[in-house]
Amino acid sequence: MEKFTDDDVIVCRCEDVTLGQIREVIRRGYTDPEEIKRITRAGMGPCQGKTCRDIIIREVARITGKRIDEIPVPTYRPPSKPIKVGLLAEESD
Amino acid sequence: MLPVSAEVVIIGGGVHGCSIAYHLASKGMHGVVVLEQKYLTYGGTGRSAAGIRQQFGTEINCRLAKENIKGFIRMKEELDTDFDLELEQGGYMWLAYTEGQLNQLRENVRLQSSLGIPSKILNPDEIKELIPLLDVEGVLGASWCAEDGHVNPHRVTFAYYEAAKRLGVKFYTYTKVVDIEIEKDKVKAVVTDKGKISTRKVVNAAGPWGKEIGKMVGLDIPVVSERHQIMVTEPVNRIIKPLILCQDDGSYWKQEPTGGFLIGMDNPNEKKGYDVGVTWQFMEEVSRRVLKKMPILRDVRVVRQWSGPYDITPDSQSIVGPVEEVEGFYLDVGWSGHGLQFAPSIGRIMSELIIGEEPFISVDVLSFNRFKTGKLIPEPACI
Repeated sequence: MEKFTDDDVIVCRCEDVTLGQIREVIRRGYTDPEEIKRITRAGMGPCQGKTCRDIIIREVARITGKRIDEIPVPTYRPPSKPIKVGLLAEESD
Repeated sequence: MLPVSAEVVIIGGGVHGCSIAYHLASKGMHGVVVLEQKYLTYGGTGRSAAGIRQQFGTEINCRLAKENIKGFIRMKEELDTDFDLELEQGGYMWLAYTEGQLNQLRENVRLQSSLGIPSKILNPDEIKELIPLLDVEGVLGASWCAEDGHVNPHRVTFAYYEAAKRLGVKFYTYTKVVDIEIEKDKVKAVVTDKGKISTRKVVNAAGPWGKEIGKMVGLDIPVVSERHQIMVTEPVNRIIKPLILCQDDGSYWKQEPTGGFLIGMDNPNEKKGYDVGVTWQFMEEVSRRVLKKMPILRDVRVVRQWSGPYDITPDSQSIVGPVEEVEGFYLDVGWSGHGLQFAPSIGRIMSELIIGEEPFISVDVLSFNRFKTGKLIPEPACI
């Protein structure tokens, strides 16, 4: 059986991004969560990073030695939950 | 720690700044520094609708656009990157709803054809054949180019960044330029919130913030920063590849290779300034507009909206090259919403101008001087 490490854990379930991929990008020198999001798509899916955002920030802190409050946080944008185009269109009638 | 001196300081860590840096370093230039006020791709680059096209209405943009497409095609190899740049040539379609719009498209296509761009005019039946899901009510015709398409703006920028870094370029993020020192009309130093760099050459690739950078050397650059909003849906099965632009209500949309629909619209009353906030009114209005044209999107869910600043000039045309007023000060600003796609050609041309070579395509018509001589070159094909 193949050995399972925490690198295989999926941290962004919307975009299927693993912890190993996040670590690889951080090791490549991308230590800003916005840059990590833009390269990996982690946090761009329907939940906008509700699961992965804090994990990524913690991982950046761990690898770079920075304090968590020193790391900039990506923005949550509306809508807070996915909403159908048809419903949005009706709202404006 | 910032270096005390540099050969060239590039202000702006967007796709243009990174491309110029790469091109300078690949020509063997040492001492190239890029300064970015936030993180790389923070400005217009990372907020773009990610389109690349050759359907322009001025000769200079058509000529550059042809080179851009070639540049994107060879980019992965040229930059030796393992990033998936998501280049997809799925086409671009501009829909006309009035005779005036159709005549303008005809004129654009005539120009494009004369320069070897494979665009053409389609009638409503041909449009329907290409995009069966599109409601063509009221459509008189369209211009179409199958070679136009999509690229991932973030990964293109980071690919330029990594290639430039390998060649020795130094990048400093969260470093804000606060002043530029001039002596006898020559650039002397760039002052940032993290320290000062002596240099004789500065490139203003700061997009909408380029206006503030211009003021630091006494130039009034006619760039207005205007917010543009966009939204993206959940990924769904691929049903359409081209970008569709409707000239009746300014709405446009495309399905990214990853499956989500990017949906935006032109709004002449949009907020000016650097605010990158968003509004509910935009989501409601653009949904209403796009559903009229693409009713199949009714049950697709919107997952996120965002916005970004366009750096708009009086003729919707970029300002590129050196300026007469200050020796060593170069402009690459004012892209008016179509900047991303010009990174390959303009990055190279800027590097040639800075090094003192003849640019492979002359960009004299895009000079800052045109606002003094009045020789504006309005670009009619803008989103």
